[in-house]
Amino acid sequence: MARSVSPAIVAEGVAAAYGNRLIWRNASFTVNTGEFVAVLGPNGSGKSTLLRLLLGLQPPAAGSLQVLGKRPLRGNPQIGYVPQRRNIDRDLPVRGRDFVHLGIDGNRWGLVLGNAASNHQRVDQAITSVDAQAYADRPIGRLSGGEQQRLLLAQALAGRPQMLLLDEPLASLDLRNQIIIAELVAELARANGLTVLLIAHDINPLLPIVDRVLYVAHGGLAIGKPAEVITTEQLSRLYDAPIEVLHDSHGHMFVVGLEAESAHHDA
Amino acid sequence: MPEPYLAVAPYFGWDVVRDVQELLRYAFMQHAYEAGTIVALSAGIIGYFVVLRGLSFAAHALSHIGFAGATGAVLVGATPIAGLLVFTMSAGAVMGALGQRLRGRDVTIGLVMAWSLGLGLLFTYLYKGSAQLAIGILFGQIFGITSQEVAVTFAAGFLTVLALVAVYRPLLFSTLDEEVAEAKGVPVRGLSIAFMVILAVAVSEAVQVVGVLLIFALIVAPAAIAERFTTRPSRGLLLSAALAVLFTWAGLAVAYYVPYPVGFFITTIAFGSYVLARLAAPTLIRPRERGRELLAREEQLRHSP
Repeated sequence: MARSVSPAIVAEGVAAAYGNRLIWRNASFTVNTGEFVAVLGPNGSGKSTLLRLLLGLQPPAAGSLQVLGKRPLRGNPQIGYVPQRRNIDRDLPVRGRDFVHLGIDGNRWGLVLGNAASNHQRVDQAITSVDAQAYADRPIGRLSGGEQQRLLLAQALAGRPQMLLLDEPLASLDLRNQIIIAELVAELARANGLTVLLIAHDINPLLPIVDRVLYVAHGGLAIGKPAEVITTEQLSRLYDAPIEVLHDSHGHMFVVGLEAESAHHDA
Repeated sequence: MPEPYLAVAPYFGWDVVRDVQELLRYAFMQHAYEAGTIVALSAGIIGYFVVLRGLSFAAHALSHIGFAGATGAVLVGATPIAGLLVFTMSAGAVMGALGQRLRGRDVTIGLVMAWSLGLGLLFTYLYKGSAQLAIGILFGQIFGITSQEVAVTFAAGFLTVLALVAVYRPLLFSTLDEEVAEAKGVPVRGLSIAFMVILAVAVSEAVQVVGVLLIFALIVAPAAIAERFTTRPSRGLLLSAALAVLFTWAGLAVAYYVPYPVGFFITTIAFGSYVLARLAAPTLIRPRERGRELLAREEQLRHSP
């Protein structure tokens, strides 16, 4: 799909507070429609808070923020959201399919009659798009982390959004599944022209697919192409830790040191 | 509880029509069946969400708070149901406002519960009436229910079910996935309060049938059984309601023929069914599925570095 130049997110001088504390300020950046942006930064730097601002769950402490041409508004159906996951109870007596269904009409009051058939079709489509048909009817708590992540992604997609906000969808997945899920998100975004903001700790599985990287660190935000931001000097400064960016014979980048950083600080 | 005096030995046999006629021969039994059915329906439906939200203990505590309300109401000359509703609804609103923080507050809930029973004991003492009143509230008095009380129960039950139908989807959403529900515009906190207030009404109704102490039998047991047999919320809800009605009907029928308290029979049937359900469906997952799960995990391990 052709990439439009109309911006999906415009931030001008935005500041964000967590409790009584300003966690970052003076953030001015633009994310274009259809862009895939990885959001990186140390723990507690305010990555999730950025998503909360975009979702309209909390107002900016200062500055102006536009999402899809409007001020952020809670309940915007054009945004699909997958929050950071705690463990789902193994005995939860609910199928993955039911989770996906809530993405369509979970916020509707009363009985939803009439369009039941078309809703079921949409649920099926969403499940197929993440390739989760084999286990969508099993209790969701019994599925593996990667399977749950696919179904939660399907839930976000079932609402037919224009933008996906994903908070650490790759956390607690093994490296192979990290790559598979990251590529799945990229593929779905390309096919549907979605703008994606994906919070991650490890940039490596994302390097082949991201358009730009948004760093949240030291009380500010910085955005740039991977090649500009992902350098040994930049990363070491952003994380306050020795981080090295290696280049292999194919020209691929690899970041060393971040895994340890996230492992040490993970809450 | 006053045992009904029957002049003629009641019919009991293979003629089902005659059995039903026999069961509904007296007005007190008709009222018991009418009120019992309505109460069981709303208890079974709300019970599904009580179990899903992990609020069994809170529901139990609500009924005890209702005991203080009911005895207090009698003390000031009001009907017990008025006191029940006022106390449980106020307490429910406070619990609902706590939202997720209510979970894991066993000690606080337990202390409020014990204190409520103590208050109820004091009110009963001050009333200087017979202990019959307190026993009726603690263990239910379905056979003493008047047609007027049936009408009140019907109105309350109708409102409970209507309210639950209205909030069903957002309630399920916020129960399963609070963060996404909130982002999607569901008023999570308001729903939590509304749910506890609806629960308070359902508990107050159910107290008439099984009393304060046996509330688990109608609100928690049917839902807990249903959740072992289905992974579809809509089916779980219906199964839970059907089981609650079945327990109540069966308990009333047995109590008609056997001169022991109906509360004993309903709780026994609920408990027995739960034991059977645990034996029949030890887990949601069948052995084959578990095998597939283990194979998939092994596969994953092999591929991970």
